[in-house]
Amino acid sequence: MSASIRNSEPVLTVSNMSVVLGNKEILDDVNFELHSGEFSGLIGPNGSGKTTLLRAILGFHRLAEGSILFEGSAEFARRRSIGYVPQKIQLDPDIPVRARDLVELGLDGQRLGIRLPSKERRRQVDEMLRAVNAEAFADQRIGELSGGQQQRILIAHALIRRPRLLLLDEPLANLDIRSVAEVVTLLNQLAHEQQIAILLSAHDINPLMGAMDRLVYLANGHAASGPVSEVIDGAVLSNLYGYHVDVIRVHGRILITTGPGDEYFEPGRDCATSETSNSP
Amino acid sequence: MKTLLTFIFEPGFFSSQPVLTALFVSGVAAIVSAVVGIFTVIRGQAFAGHSLADVSSAGGSASYLLGVNPLLGFLGMAILGAGGMELVGVERARGRDLATGVVFGAGLGLAALFLYLDVTTTSTSGTTIAVLFGSMFAIPSRTEFLVVIIGSATLIILIALYRPLLLSSINPEIAAVQGIRVRLVGLVQMLVLGSAVALSAISVGAILSTALLIGPAATALRLAKRPNLAIWLAALIGLGAAWLGILLAYDSADWIPGHNLPVSFLIVMLVFLTYVIASLISGRGRGIASAKIATPIRSGRS
Repeated sequence: MSASIRNSEPVLTVSNMSVVLGNKEILDDVNFELHSGEFSGLIGPNGSGKTTLLRAILGFHRLAEGSILFEGSAEFARRRSIGYVPQKIQLDPDIPVRARDLVELGLDGQRLGIRLPSKERRRQVDEMLRAVNAEAFADQRIGELSGGQQQRILIAHALIRRPRLLLLDEPLANLDIRSVAEVVTLLNQLAHEQQIAILLSAHDINPLMGAMDRLVYLANGHAASGPVSEVIDGAVLSNLYGYHVDVIRVHGRILITTGPGDEYFEPGRDCATSETSNSP
Repeated sequence: MKTLLTFIFEPGFFSSQPVLTALFVSGVAAIVSAVVGIFTVIRGQAFAGHSLADVSSAGGSASYLLGVNPLLGFLGMAILGAGGMELVGVERARGRDLATGVVFGAGLGLAALFLYLDVTTTSTSGTTIAVLFGSMFAIPSRTEFLVVIIGSATLIILIALYRPLLLSSINPEIAAVQGIRVRLVGLVQMLVLGSAVALSAISVGAILSTALLIGPAATALRLAKRPNLAIWLAALIGLGAAWLGILLAYDSADWIPGHNLPVSFLIVMLVFLTYVIASLISGRGRGIASAKIATPIRSGRS
């Protein structure tokens, strides 16, 4: 599952990208590529600019410098076909919309007028619901679903137009451990089976350790990217978090330890604060 | 059978021009308000809706001074208020609440001035009651024509924008990613809200128009699981309450000799009763209990 197939042109190429919001430089000289069929993590502490980076890719922020090429083109209009699952969506239980209705709106929600029932559309929606294992709760109101179930529906909503790139902003936040594992496994599987490039942002690297093909990490506005094996490195991670981090590999598992005895340790950060193991 | 019918529909009900006008105007107002109300409730704009109603009362009261049809007065001020609220700031829910409150206060102040001038300078003594609480059996002539125009324009806009409006009401960000111009859709929703409020204001009065806007929609949202069903159900509840209210008001002359119960009161009470009944029916299946029931259902895969 490591980075392997690299014979095709990248789906997304970010070069020397800088983004300034207000007077603050949020991103400075960011470079990375995303490829079809790869599941990439966008890792960084809270406030490191992950959301800004994703929104810049979508075309919501103007670049101060650099360029973003999507499918080889710099055109804004093409980026309409990028799938996106935003951060912290609150779905009210009173909204009279079933899970399948939301997925269906992913197909044609931007169109004017009302539509007639269609077997073909129904088939597409059912197929998408099956792909994210959401058939069991397809007819419930979206607001009544659990966090993990809502994430799966939002993923289906974003994927039904068959994007070649899917961006997800902190989809694992506020999920229980089991749902985190389910969503990560699902995304990994979708990336490989449907040949989609997926970029998922997270402040905690641990739940993604076994699943990521590549990772882009952000700290202090700068980014570094590469295969997981290269990036998961004591010096690199120390640079990322701003305090000392050790990476230990034991029997094919990766232990990331941050010791409170370290003079650079900053208490109160919610990322990588404990000893954790993950099988690849 | 015939006697039962004449018992329900008192003689003269269907031949009275004011009654027919009331049935028509309130019917259109109830349907439009209920449909707009669904989106208003989903978007959490109930307060904005009520504020627009109060702001529109300034236009309604001014129309008596200017000698124009009060519906145009209600509509003009409601549209101005809607535009004002959009302009002052709607980026965040909190900002929207404050903007709404500011516009709302200014509008009611104007209404106070115009109502004072109405009462002191013209001979129309019942203006205050008519503007604030409606005068369904004394709707000015040629109002029906305006009602047809405003009502059908509003419904056509809603049908055209149905999907973008629904999606941006669920979540503005996923709507924006799909290429929907969320700010523009929001502005149109406010304008449509303004015209629904104006139609209701001419029927049940500016103050009570909130009942037709929010009541049927809130009831339908408790019962229906799908957006199009919720819209149909809300329209049906609104129309039922409006027509039954008019019938009861007409018949009520027999209950208390010489006095008709106010139509607006009856309609609003019927809307309220429907909501209470729907809440009792749906109470077991929804709310806290269902949130707990809904979560354990998972797919077989892990």
